[in-house]
Amino acid sequence: MGKIEWAMWANEQALAAGLILLTGGIVGVAGQFRDWEFAAYGVAAGVFICFLEYPRGMRNKGTSVERTGQYCLTVCVKAFGPVTRNYYVRAGLHAALCVPGAFILPTVLGCVCLAIASIIYLVAAIRGEQWLPILPKKTEKRVEMGKSIAYPPQNPPPRPPPELRRKRAEDLEGAAYVNPIAVTANE
Amino acid sequence: MLILLPVCRNLLSLIRGSVMCCGRSVRKQLDKNLTFHKLVAYMICLMTAVHTIAHLFNAEWYNNSRQGRYDTLSTVLSSLEDTGNGTYLNPVRSNSTTPTHLVFTTIAGLTGVVITLALIVIVTSSMEVIRRSYFEIFWYTHHLFIIFFAGLVFHGAGRIVRGQDRPLDWGKIPECPIPRFEGGCPQTWLYVIGPMVLYLCERVLRFIRYRQAVRYKKIVIRPSEVLELQLMKEGFKMEVGQYVFLNCPAISRLEWHPFTMTSAPEEDFFSVHIRSAGDWTRNLINVLERLPEGAQGPKMAVDGPYGTASEDVFDYEVSILVGCGIGVTPFASILKSVWYKFKESNPKLQTRKIYFYWLCRETHAFEWFADLLQGLEKEMEERGMANFLTFKLCLTGWDQSHVNHIILNFDKDTDIVTGLKQKTHYGRPDWDKEFEQIRKENPTSVVGTFVCGPQQLAKTLEKKCAKFSDLDPRKTKFYFNKENF
Repeated sequence: MGKIEWAMWANEQALAAGLILLTGGIVGVAGQFRDWEFAAYGVAAGVFICFLEYPRGMRNKGTSVERTGQYCLTVCVKAFGPVTRNYYVRAGLHAALCVPGAFILPTVLGCVCLAIASIIYLVAAIRGEQWLPILPKKTEKRVEMGKSIAYPPQNPPPRPPPELRRKRAEDLEGAAYVNPIAVTANE
Repeated sequence: MLILLPVCRNLLSLIRGSVMCCGRSVRKQLDKNLTFHKLVAYMICLMTAVHTIAHLFNAEWYNNSRQGRYDTLSTVLSSLEDTGNGTYLNPVRSNSTTPTHLVFTTIAGLTGVVITLALIVIVTSSMEVIRRSYFEIFWYTHHLFIIFFAGLVFHGAGRIVRGQDRPLDWGKIPECPIPRFEGGCPQTWLYVIGPMVLYLCERVLRFIRYRQAVRYKKIVIRPSEVLELQLMKEGFKMEVGQYVFLNCPAISRLEWHPFTMTSAPEEDFFSVHIRSAGDWTRNLINVLERLPEGAQGPKMAVDGPYGTASEDVFDYEVSILVGCGIGVTPFASILKSVWYKFKESNPKLQTRKIYFYWLCRETHAFEWFADLLQGLEKEMEERGMANFLTFKLCLTGWDQSHVNHIILNFDKDTDIVTGLKQKTHYGRPDWDKEFEQIRKENPTSVVGTFVCGPQQLAKTLEKKCAKFSDLDPRKTKFYFNKENF
């Protein structure tokens, strides 16, 4: 299997897990289930995980595709430095966050998905991957190669005035300047 | 179940072949099979979410009712004993359990959780980012659908949802018997068994094709890391512009890769041009480079052919073919077929005029078709039909050295890059002008536009087709067809 960056998949899985945990939590709180406090935790944890996982990291090979509007969150996540950059930390964090979800039914699914995401992050960390932010580059203006030669210019380019033109061998006297070495005609 | 049908390639080819009488627009719908598959998948996800949330509430309320938290009627109904004759109603039997425990001790709950997990993993690995860059993860995790369908069929086996038996005569018969309850029968299998069988047939067919012998006729390594393979297989019949899946067990046992065929149906072999674009293609080129002259290559399995829109090219009076880089391969097949049909004066050829645009970034890629195009050009001239085929080759990645070259060779009769009489154009074509000119030259025709290339190009051309078409049947009409893998 080629050069797969596991972190990309782990990121998708973790984002999905966050959303599922959030939904399960909302269901538990809205329905006022027994032990709904765990559901409330699910809501909070789900929101936190969504914020953490929304900005995609930069890929080692190939173009990195940003998610819409991820720039602000990229800045926030980047601010935590090594804590968010290292995938071992993320794997551990997700493993820890998923545990309270196992206590009531609505959040069980979110818990298991998060556990899977944690495992994939662990694999990514073992392979030495890191989260690097995608920052907007200053794109240099590429020289436009010209749209088409459909409409060539009508007039020749402007010539300099006669005094500044190059001296011709046939007309040495009419020239505007004198050469130190004699000008000879082309053979 | 609808999700399985669009990915049965052979079934679709069968349908496409048998509705040849129905006209182009019907058959074009079959080209959008992957879009349909994705739409059905989104629907499955949505319905799974709704179903799961509903059952979450269900489990919680049944449990609460069992524990006597609700009104008297619910408590009494819940505590109906199970005397083995269908006399209990609440599936929660004990009053000291939790919904979580319930889920993991019933078939329905367990299968539900497992298949929802499978679904989530399938969906996350099918996101565009993962699919485009790490196809293997997508392909292998997608096979979790087997678990999904297996679990789905057994999901209702526990008959947890209980309803009254004989509801129809309730309240109508004078004896007024005590109500009895029984679990509902699982019915999912009725819906999915048909498509599952069809899909199984599809996979079996692919496996049979895998076992059939394929011989190498010729192996050519072209410049710009392009490999041409000419293969022969018994009983293989192709149409113009179709594609096949290739599998080379020596490189990877489970990977099948699609390639458009570049040969014409009139030839006795079929050929593919493969560009080095990833692991598999690079390994293949490496293995074949090291082969001694004239030796047979590693065992290759071929699945196909599968057809797409290019088969319709000869039905249009006028055709515009636009290929971008390696996307020109289906059109190469078409041009070769045109050449053969020309020679035989095949009456099936309804086309009167073909406009061929090839957009490419580097000159090396032209070489492998230079002889084909030169042959065609000569042929056209000999038969005095020089304006049957108009081609414009557009080099989109030119720089100063090209400019210098052009200046020096401006007056030569043939193009310095390709050796053809048609000069190479530089930069992207101006589609407005091109379409305008085509409209002027063919005032009353139906023009079919075929594109094989990036999305952006396809969108641009689709818009131009719409812009330059006229509702008046006496004027030109442009129809758009797209091919993209």
